[in-house]
Amino acid sequence: MNRPAVKHPNQSKVDTPVTESISALQATQTDSVVDPNAPVDMPNRIDVKDLDIYYGDFKAVENVSMTINPNSVTALIGPSGCGKSTFLRSLNRMHEVISGAYVDGSVIINGKDLYGPSVDPVAVRRKIGMVFQRPNPFPTMSIADNVLAGKKLNSKRLSKSDANDLVEKSLRGANLWDEVKDRLDKPGSGLSGGQQQRLCIARAIAVEPDVLLMDEPCSALDPISTLAIEELMLELKDAYNIVIVTHNMQQAARVSNRTGFFSIEGTGKPGKLIEMDATEKIFSNPSKQETQDYVTGRFG
Amino acid sequence: MTTLESPPSDNDSAFDEPVGKAGDKVFFGLSFGAAALILITLAAVAFFLFIQGLPTFTGDGTELDGDGSFFAYVGPLVFGTIYLSCIALLLATPVAIAVALYISHYAPRKVAQTLGYFIDLLAAIPSVVYGLWGITVLAPVISTSMFPWLRDNLGFIPVFGSDVAIAQSGRSTFTVGVVLAVMVLPIITAISREVFLQTPRLHEEASLALGATRWEVIRQAVIPYGRSGVISGAMLGLGRALGETMAVAIILSPARGYFWDVLTAQNSNSIASNIALQFPESSGLEVNRLIATGLVLFLLTFGVNAIARRVANAGFSGADG
Repeated sequence: MNRPAVKHPNQSKVDTPVTESISALQATQTDSVVDPNAPVDMPNRIDVKDLDIYYGDFKAVENVSMTINPNSVTALIGPSGCGKSTFLRSLNRMHEVISGAYVDGSVIINGKDLYGPSVDPVAVRRKIGMVFQRPNPFPTMSIADNVLAGKKLNSKRLSKSDANDLVEKSLRGANLWDEVKDRLDKPGSGLSGGQQQRLCIARAIAVEPDVLLMDEPCSALDPISTLAIEELMLELKDAYNIVIVTHNMQQAARVSNRTGFFSIEGTGKPGKLIEMDATEKIFSNPSKQETQDYVTGRFG
Repeated sequence: MTTLESPPSDNDSAFDEPVGKAGDKVFFGLSFGAAALILITLAAVAFFLFIQGLPTFTGDGTELDGDGSFFAYVGPLVFGTIYLSCIALLLATPVAIAVALYISHYAPRKVAQTLGYFIDLLAAIPSVVYGLWGITVLAPVISTSMFPWLRDNLGFIPVFGSDVAIAQSGRSTFTVGVVLAVMVLPIITAISREVFLQTPRLHEEASLALGATRWEVIRQAVIPYGRSGVISGAMLGLGRALGETMAVAIILSPARGYFWDVLTAQNSNSIASNIALQFPESSGLEVNRLIATGLVLFLLTFGVNAIARRVANAGFSGADG
């Protein structure tokens, strides 16, 4: 799969390629589709440098450095226990819900280190949203209230019409609007698994995050629901920087622009990033033998 | 289509050999017997209350004080029972929820365990000890410190601001309410703590990932999930408060009638406390009348427990999913 050219409304109007403006840089980037690994100079790019993740004394992930480009889908694959989920969670500090968790290294987005001394993890999570393995709408809330749950946390008073607009926009963004528009006041737990997961995506994008992290978002869903979520990811990547962890290699091949392969040497050893490259390259001609073995099904 | 002959079986794999079932039968008998015993005991108590209470209605009312009407007699007692219990619940529930949340979501594990242990210990103290503590320690202290403050500052609430003087001894409805609150606190705390701990990690993480602070996680994910559990815990606490005898009998200075003021020396008694106080001096029909009030208490508690059960069941099945 070739990296699709980033469609941007400003693209055609660019006439000053030397400026620092985003549109100009996007134009430059679009011209250089040949190298998807080159870091693009755009907002919401994530630069991970020498990241070690610990749970107490246990080192779960060792020495990961990678650049995650915006307006694209980045997939993380690897065998169970290789630390890919832990790494994903470290991108919005969700791994810290386990007490004793800490990291060494830096994760820089828009010039700020997520692990800087004055950074509040709560603020990080408001900018970097997450969708989980199992759909988890709040069971006692209606569909509309679920969508607004994150917005209400900012404790801004939301006018009735603004709230309705946001609900519609977010549900449309998650391809769910047509299915639920007549029952917005019904509980979210009454929806099917795939609908619930799209509701969770709507809830995540309602707070307009910079980045959307997805932790095996389709592993609890049937193939048709999975297809719906994958199509949604391809739509959402125009607006968000999406990082997805998946066990399903076909899924990684279908939806992602770049793929990172994680592995471990054995139980109790830390997970490592073995290689990261354009998805097409990882699945056809990876540089490392280990990756080759995994993607061809010889281990893992 | 060809049919296959079933392969010949050796005797070991025969299905028709009997398996020893004696153990099954014995255990079924024992467990069924135990279950039946509960129902029999309950029925026996209800039967006793009914038979012994019946003469109150059929017998000659002139033997009794007052106008002899049972409902005029039991009315203030029912009022007192419910009023005292509700005050206890009102005071205990917010504290219990706060303690349960602290244990389940804030405290380090060691502190949580220790605190949980001490809370459970509160439930192990006999009620007569609570009564003695209430009348010798609590009553004198709060009647001189808290009572005047409540009357001066919260007097606009009718139950605090009355023309009748404050009970100097502290032997009033409010004091009993506080003692009962301490007594029901462990039940409500323990049940709330359990449901709060059971909050699915999934829901808490959903909230966290939206950028919720710890308090917001509690408000968004923990409390909605645990609400029905807290309510059924409060109902069980209410069940205990309704039947509480010694603490009320020791502390309260009861009078006959409906008294709303909580700080004065005139207070409605509770059914259980009234039975304990009156029984030694009663004879004949008076005893039957006390037993009849016992039947009323039995039904009251039964009803509260039934409601608690229904709330708990409805809540848990609704929150699941």
